[in-house]
Amino acid sequence: MNIREYMKDNFLILDGGMGTLLQEAGLKPGELPERWNVSHPEEIVRIQKSYYDAGSNVVLSNTFGANGLKFDDDELKQLVEAAIANAKKAREESTAPQEKFVALDIGPLGKLLKPYGDYEFEDAVSMYAKTIKIGVAAGVDLIFIETMNDSYDTKAALLAAKENSDLPVFVSNAYGSDGKLMTGASPAAMVAMLEGMHADAVGANCSLGPDQLVGVIEEYLSYASVPVLLKPNAGLPRTENGETVYDVYPPEFSDSVGKLLEKGVRIAGGCCGTTPDYIRAVREKADKLTPVPVTKKERSLVSSYTHAVEFGKEPILIGERINPTGKKRFKEALRENDIDYILGEGLKQGDAGVQVLDVNVGLPEIDEPAMLLNVVKELQAVSDLPLQLDTTDMTGMEAALRAYNGKAMVNSVNGKEEVMNAVFPLVKKYGGFVVALTLDEDGIPESSEKRVEIAKKIIKRAEEFGIDKKDLIFDPLAMTISADTKAAIATMESVHRIRHELGANTSLGVSNVSFGLPRRNIITSAFFALCLQDGLSAAIMNPYSEEMMNVYFAFKALHDMDENCMEYITYTDSLPEKSLPLEGKVIDEVAIKPERSGEVSQSPLQTAIVRGLKEKTGNLTKELLRDEKPLDIVQKEVIPALNIVGEQFEAKKVYLPQLLMAADAAKAAFEEIKNAMASSGGEKAPARCPVVIATVHGDIHDIGKNIVKLILENYGFAVSDLGKDVPEQTIVDEVIRLHAPLVGLSALMTTTVPAMEETIKLLREQAPWAKVCVGGAVLTQEYADRIGADKYARDAMETVRYAEEIEAGLG
Amino acid sequence: MGNLSDLIFEDLTGEEKTVPRYLEYEEPVFSLEEALRYSGFPMDKAKAVACGETEDPDAMQRIEKVKELSKGQFIYKVGYMTSPITFDEDGFVVLPFKQHSEALKINLSGCKKAVFFAATIGSGIDRLIRRYERTELDTALFLQGFGAERAESLANAFNADVKEAAKKLGFMAHPRFSPGFGDLPLSVQVEFLGMLDATRRMGITLGESYLMAPSKSVTAIIGLEQEIK
Repeated sequence: MNIREYMKDNFLILDGGMGTLLQEAGLKPGELPERWNVSHPEEIVRIQKSYYDAGSNVVLSNTFGANGLKFDDDELKQLVEAAIANAKKAREESTAPQEKFVALDIGPLGKLLKPYGDYEFEDAVSMYAKTIKIGVAAGVDLIFIETMNDSYDTKAALLAAKENSDLPVFVSNAYGSDGKLMTGASPAAMVAMLEGMHADAVGANCSLGPDQLVGVIEEYLSYASVPVLLKPNAGLPRTENGETVYDVYPPEFSDSVGKLLEKGVRIAGGCCGTTPDYIRAVREKADKLTPVPVTKKERSLVSSYTHAVEFGKEPILIGERINPTGKKRFKEALRENDIDYILGEGLKQGDAGVQVLDVNVGLPEIDEPAMLLNVVKELQAVSDLPLQLDTTDMTGMEAALRAYNGKAMVNSVNGKEEVMNAVFPLVKKYGGFVVALTLDEDGIPESSEKRVEIAKKIIKRAEEFGIDKKDLIFDPLAMTISADTKAAIATMESVHRIRHELGANTSLGVSNVSFGLPRRNIITSAFFALCLQDGLSAAIMNPYSEEMMNVYFAFKALHDMDENCMEYITYTDSLPEKSLPLEGKVIDEVAIKPERSGEVSQSPLQTAIVRGLKEKTGNLTKELLRDEKPLDIVQKEVIPALNIVGEQFEAKKVYLPQLLMAADAAKAAFEEIKNAMASSGGEKAPARCPVVIATVHGDIHDIGKNIVKLILENYGFAVSDLGKDVPEQTIVDEVIRLHAPLVGLSALMTTTVPAMEETIKLLREQAPWAKVCVGGAVLTQEYADRIGADKYARDAMETVRYAEEIEAGLG
Repeated sequence: MGNLSDLIFEDLTGEEKTVPRYLEYEEPVFSLEEALRYSGFPMDKAKAVACGETEDPDAMQRIEKVKELSKGQFIYKVGYMTSPITFDEDGFVVLPFKQHSEALKINLSGCKKAVFFAATIGSGIDRLIRRYERTELDTALFLQGFGAERAESLANAFNADVKEAAKKLGFMAHPRFSPGFGDLPLSVQVEFLGMLDATRRMGITLGESYLMAPSKSVTAIIGLEQEIK
């Protein structure tokens, strides 16, 4: 019988632990269990048969660690094929009466993926694919991905399974005692991502006993529309007379598992410490119970690598600020590849209270797909908010969806056949919560009836692609009332009808409604309130608008979505006092005293920078910009302040942390100055010479390098930062591209100094004009000389001085 | 933490290699001096601020800020095992794996068994550092320092428990020794994490150049020498 069919009406009982049984059979510590598939097939078959005999429907092949990182291609093929042959033999030999299936077992690679580790996501996909292809060709009934403790790694494995077979795929994660994966994901986040990618069953295994997993499993049951699986340990291990024993025995184990079967778990077995006795007990328990039907949960979720955001319960704010439309400073950042600025916009919106970030980096003169991919990777490394990918370029959309760590929002599809045919297959493959605009080949209908018709058509087409209504969110389009005063009514009616007649979610870019009118915030925020009342699920909006945030918090308080009005109260506490004049805001509690430097001649701005008071520096700069030219402020205020700190640092009167605080404060001043220059469109700062910096190949430390970058930038150098773990040739190519006279290389470990030496060698061959300055914890003058560097810099200031020297020499 | 030392005590009594055991610690005692030192303050300055000789309100504000930011981000996990150790004629130390290291040999001289452990405070702090590296480098520096202090303090707490348990059994614990110290190469992390099953059980992974992720993780060997009565 087909396993998908069988699962519909029956519990599926899995097998139990393998490791302990193999050790009992003589597996030595340090010996790879996968090799036993070939060296001791009879032992593997005996153990697997004992599981079938005990009542398992599914036995996992002995391939948990069978991957291309541990074995070469030939051995991998041999081991996986032998493993599956063993499991099939066990199935043949067992006379137990239940339906029996063989699963290809896939365990984690044991590598942490970038950005937190050093392994590429796509390399992980290929590595999993290797094992999966062999296993699928050898003939199994399903693929079982298990013990995954990182969401990104889980995505890589599931993607590899989906791209290389049509078999059912079960995905099981290992949760810590805090109910989260090692890298932070909640069960709801995993359900969102895995269901979006069409896993056939989801759940938890390993790490804890069944009782400690109750919370995790209940969360799965409340979100998942596919069967939930559970494969816990036999409690917690301890040593007794040199042997490992677990503290939960078969009767208690099956009682605990049985209770979760009654709550809705459909697939159960055991992990570490469990034996055929445990499985027999679970089988007996299951035989006395009727499976709880698996129902559609109709919960609309998006997720990041840590958590899920649900639509349809409380209004969701989607930050609109990562978007170049009408923003000179943002366009400039895109052209200059200033990713930090874009990340800053994302983080600031998160602090302002949005739950999702829209990401639109489209600009005609840049490579949008490449930029989108880069921004998505960088943003998801620093922010835990789910992202809404906003592009019309389907190549860019696919690359970004693929690299996204979670279930993204997709912005957007509409009623045009061509667009649906392009967007829905991507959503089907990678998962996604899709914004659907109610327009089609004939444009945007004026009436709400027509818009609802288009929505219905989109729901039907999505279904044909296998995408549920719960994964659609309709944007019935806000049009400006300055052109047609009936426009807002049509939109509000559409929101109401889509919500109440079609039972679907809605989202609006609310600010369009006031286009062309004065004091737009007044109209926009009132419209937002009315739409919320009509059932709007989400708004793409500007979280820095006080009027909008007022409406949001007031609406939640008035609709019983804010217990004891606490969110509202906290929000109002954060608002500035209205009665104070503008100047009143600038002065904060820390009095400006030039105490540290002892120099009375410092201006307030200089003192703020020297003391590292970031906010004050920003505010004071803003004030000065009213009367002074941006570049004058740089010359007369910021650079002298940096020099004061720099000199104090060199004289060892202040230390690295203070130097950094000052540099960060100066950055705030530069940010204001850049804003002012971008909006005036006039003068540009004269660029100093380019400097390429990187942490060398194999080394993933980059805080030291980042410090050097920040200080160099403060001093006006055009720094091209290639990041960490940078291949030798990449560095050389960038130096050639910019014809950079100076390269800064950082290495923190003795093991990566050879990579530094190799980089210098290549630079000498291909870019002989470039001077090389090296630094990092393990480097010394002696080392630097030995590897042929031009300069060893002990710290950031020494690098600045050297850069100035080099620049002066250019003439 | 008293019962933890009892657990360790139980493991130290045997002659055989034990299976790895995993512990979760309460928040270890905070050392301001170490946190400042790891954040880039020179040793004397860190000491002076920590014992109140010098005041540095700006630094203290940063420390308070990173404490607040990282609230709830830590897990304090330790995995450990004990094993007999020997030395062979070729100058190798025979641990559960065989390794040539003069420095380790000196550290372990007189020991017949040792405790091998890995400690980690989890990846939450790495995420925070990553975030602030891009936006507020000074905060990132203090997060880095605070994280390093947390990991070291966890290792210290475990080390103290081992010392106490060992003493009751008549053993003297040697100073702990980590891969990367002296001539003990970082590459032994492979065997080290492997025997503790630390990737699967604790989420500690190794990169290409044998660096651990989460970065705020510590591995070390504590030699146990029988005291002469």
